[in-house]
Amino acid sequence: MKISFIINGMSKIIDVEDENTPLLYIIRDVLDLKGTKFGCGKAACGACTLHVNNEAVRSCSYPVKFAEGKEIITIEGLGNRAKPHPVQQAWIEEIVPQCGYCQPGFIMATAALLNKVPRPTDKDIDNNIINICRCGTYYRMRKAIHRAAELSAESSSTSFKITD
Amino acid sequence: MATNKNSNKGVSRRKFLVKGGLGTLGVLAVGTYIFRNPIRRGILGKVNSLEMPYTDNTDKPMIWFEITSDNFIRLHSPKMEMGQGTFTGIAQMAADELSIAMHRIKVVHAASSTGNVDSFATGGSTSISGLWQPLRELSAMLRTMLLKEASHKLNLDIDQLIVEDGTIIGKGKQLTFAQVADGVDEWVVPDSPVLKDIKDYKYVGKPVPRIDLEDKVFGDPIFGMDAQMPNMLYGAVVRSSKIGSVFVSADSTTAEKMPGVVKIIHEADFVAVVANSMIEAENAKNAIEVIWESYDNLNTKDIVEIMTVGNGSSTIIQKKGKALKEKDNSLTMEFRTPIGAHAQIEPNGVVAFVKDGKAIIKISTQVVGLTRKEVAQRLDLDVEQVIVEPTFLGGGFGRRLHTPHAVQAALMSKAVGRPVKYFFSRKEEFQHDMFRPPTHHVISGNLNEEGLLNVLEHEFVSGDVGNDSALIPGFLPPIIGADIGAIRGGFIQYTGIPNFRSVYWHVDLPFATSWWRSLGLLANTFAMESFMDEMAIRAQMNAVEFRLRQIADDPIGIRLKNVINAVTDKAKYSENIVEGRAMGLAASIDANTPCAQIAEVSIVNHEIVVHKVTVAMDPGLAVNPDQIRAQCEGCVIMGISAVLYEQMFVENGELAPTIYGPYKMALMKNAPKEIDVVLLQGKDTPGAVGEPPLGPIGAAIANAVRRLTGERLTQLPLKLPKYI
Ligand code: FES
Ligand code: FES
Repeated sequence: MKISFIINGMSKIIDVEDENTPLLYIIRDVLDLKGTKFGCGKAACGACTLHVNNEAVRSCSYPVKFAEGKEIITIEGLGNRAKPHPVQQAWIEEIVPQCGYCQPGFIMATAALLNKVPRPTDKDIDNNIINICRCGTYYRMRKAIHRAAELSAESSSTSFKITD
Repeated sequence: MATNKNSNKGVSRRKFLVKGGLGTLGVLAVGTYIFRNPIRRGILGKVNSLEMPYTDNTDKPMIWFEITSDNFIRLHSPKMEMGQGTFTGIAQMAADELSIAMHRIKVVHAASSTGNVDSFATGGSTSISGLWQPLRELSAMLRTMLLKEASHKLNLDIDQLIVEDGTIIGKGKQLTFAQVADGVDEWVVPDSPVLKDIKDYKYVGKPVPRIDLEDKVFGDPIFGMDAQMPNMLYGAVVRSSKIGSVFVSADSTTAEKMPGVVKIIHEADFVAVVANSMIEAENAKNAIEVIWESYDNLNTKDIVEIMTVGNGSSTIIQKKGKALKEKDNSLTMEFRTPIGAHAQIEPNGVVAFVKDGKAIIKISTQVVGLTRKEVAQRLDLDVEQVIVEPTFLGGGFGRRLHTPHAVQAALMSKAVGRPVKYFFSRKEEFQHDMFRPPTHHVISGNLNEEGLLNVLEHEFVSGDVGNDSALIPGFLPPIIGADIGAIRGGFIQYTGIPNFRSVYWHVDLPFATSWWRSLGLLANTFAMESFMDEMAIRAQMNAVEFRLRQIADDPIGIRLKNVINAVTDKAKYSENIVEGRAMGLAASIDANTPCAQIAEVSIVNHEIVVHKVTVAMDPGLAVNPDQIRAQCEGCVIMGISAVLYEQMFVENGELAPTIYGPYKMALMKNAPKEIDVVLLQGKDTPGAVGEPPLGPIGAAIANAVRRLTGERLTQLPLKLPKYI
């Protein structure tokens, strides 16, 4: 069956045999966007987090059929080197990543949190950022999340449109 | 592209005198007292030469560096980047010695075909310390070679030339490195490169940002899981969920007819599916009926029973003075640590393509040389025909020191004549991990009138770490009599005590255990430093004073005292409970790097909460202080995860849990809000960084809990008794 959605600002129509195929597989293996990671395939680690209609979604456990007509943003569409998203900018300033594998998932989860809660408290962070980082970068991530909130506020009038 | 790569002609070959400190096995070198048995002492040198100062290819700049026409330098690193920041550290070193801006250095993983293969491994916290001398010398050699060539091209004497940011300048004329290298096909390698003064370095010693920062923040496809090749298929290997299973036979009739299946592969020791997609491969795999021989009735309690001091065989690894005779006046305590999983987020995976007697392997691995050798052996190829192209690692932690899945993928690819990608499911990651071994410790000691230890004895048993590893030559463990990984951190560091001994016990487990970041250090330090704290309480002495008075005044002892003093000052250590919070202190020496930590802990809703951890560490010269801090923070948090939450169980012959969540790990909410790191420099070369900070964390937390509640917790993961 055919499923259409907008991903990183581009319309796509894809043909899938099984409409329950996880969105993550479509994104990584069909659309060849490798920034969204596979960690567990069971919604347990958050490495595959992306945005569907501005909400954080664990795409390994999100059947592609639910994406019909929706707008998806992956790490590749969040920002780029020329125009980083405030969360990415904050991550660079705080030198957060170690191995880096979990980082796109955390960055997407944080960006979604800031959409809802522009100035998250430590409690908000603890309750909402529940991905796993084995390298233990949580300490810097927390600083980066607060910094990202500041950066977003500074440029609050500028919205972060998807450019492609 | 101007490259100096294929110009081996005219090279005057010479060997460097490799100086540098000892790496992971430094702990063996510290203990001149171990291996008193002359035969054992005799082979100590061999043990040490397994790792340490980097010794592969240290005299040929041409296999390390390429100069591109846009005047960038590609540095082919034989060490893998797994988050520890090695790429950044070596770029700093090379940039300084080459006199070029750091952004002009592009570090890449050396493919085995470049010839720059590490015949050992990335691990043991040795990458920066091991490359410190040779890489700076190689860089200085390249600078000298370029200067010499420039002097020909510019018709000037070398001493009329200066190097500035990758450009050689003299008498108003100038050439970039690329222009100098252009057209040169014979290089003379100088004999004695002159290194710069460390004071003159612009990058070494500075907290420069990681060079892979942007790749990782913008989601570039840099990992093994992201690797692909044109026309690629997907593989899956059938694995038993039971411990100790031996493959007997398989029936794949149903699976063969399933959608997307290209081929079912029956090898002597495994059966696998190759299909058009990952999902189809998985589905077909599940339809294969396999007969295994396995243990069915094994449970955690059986493992605990096996893993008990007194079982198996023992080796005294350290000894001074007399053994404890009567146990009357003494305290004996037992400690246990569980099986731990690596749980790195990137599953093990590989893309292999075997065709026309050649194999290409794209993989995240800590062992390029070993992977190449194993693939070559199994497929009956020359090692030169196997090209291993390493990628970034989505976490290493020791999990990727063995990568037999490369062999399986290569066999699958050979069978179908197309590239095959194969990676572990998360369940397979958990059940077929090479775990952190469970341990058991019995520690005894007694006090003299002054309140100091008269005797201290540590007996411990651990599953294998290095004994069974493909990395360690099989002849070694029987001669040494001890597992070089399991004994890390197992030595008595309070060598001012008049009588002490440390005894290692070996038993076999029915499942594989191996290298887990910091090896025996986490468990051994938890046990020993908990015991020390208990003794300090018995002696009614401040925990700091109790430790300081029993550390010998040898060089490593002095460095240990310094980190203990530094952490005490920084954290304002106190044994009073303030606003429901208590502090706990612990210290360790690992691979010649002393580290001390103080944890500030409270109990909230019956849970142990770690609010703040202060770390003082002396890793020697800090090439990149920011990345050393990052390693300390990471070790503290990974350590909290291991000591408060993580535990694998054995249930009816299966290892469990098989997914994150049930395998509980630290999340954001469990990480301390404050981590304060103090770095000391007690020696003038870089030392181990990536593992030593995992030592103290367990005991630091347990000691704080003891002071807070009166309860001495002796098992990991730490759990409060019901009544608290
Ligand atoms: S891969 Fe989706 S949550 Fe782990
Ligand atoms: S940076 Fe390695 S898992 Fe998070």
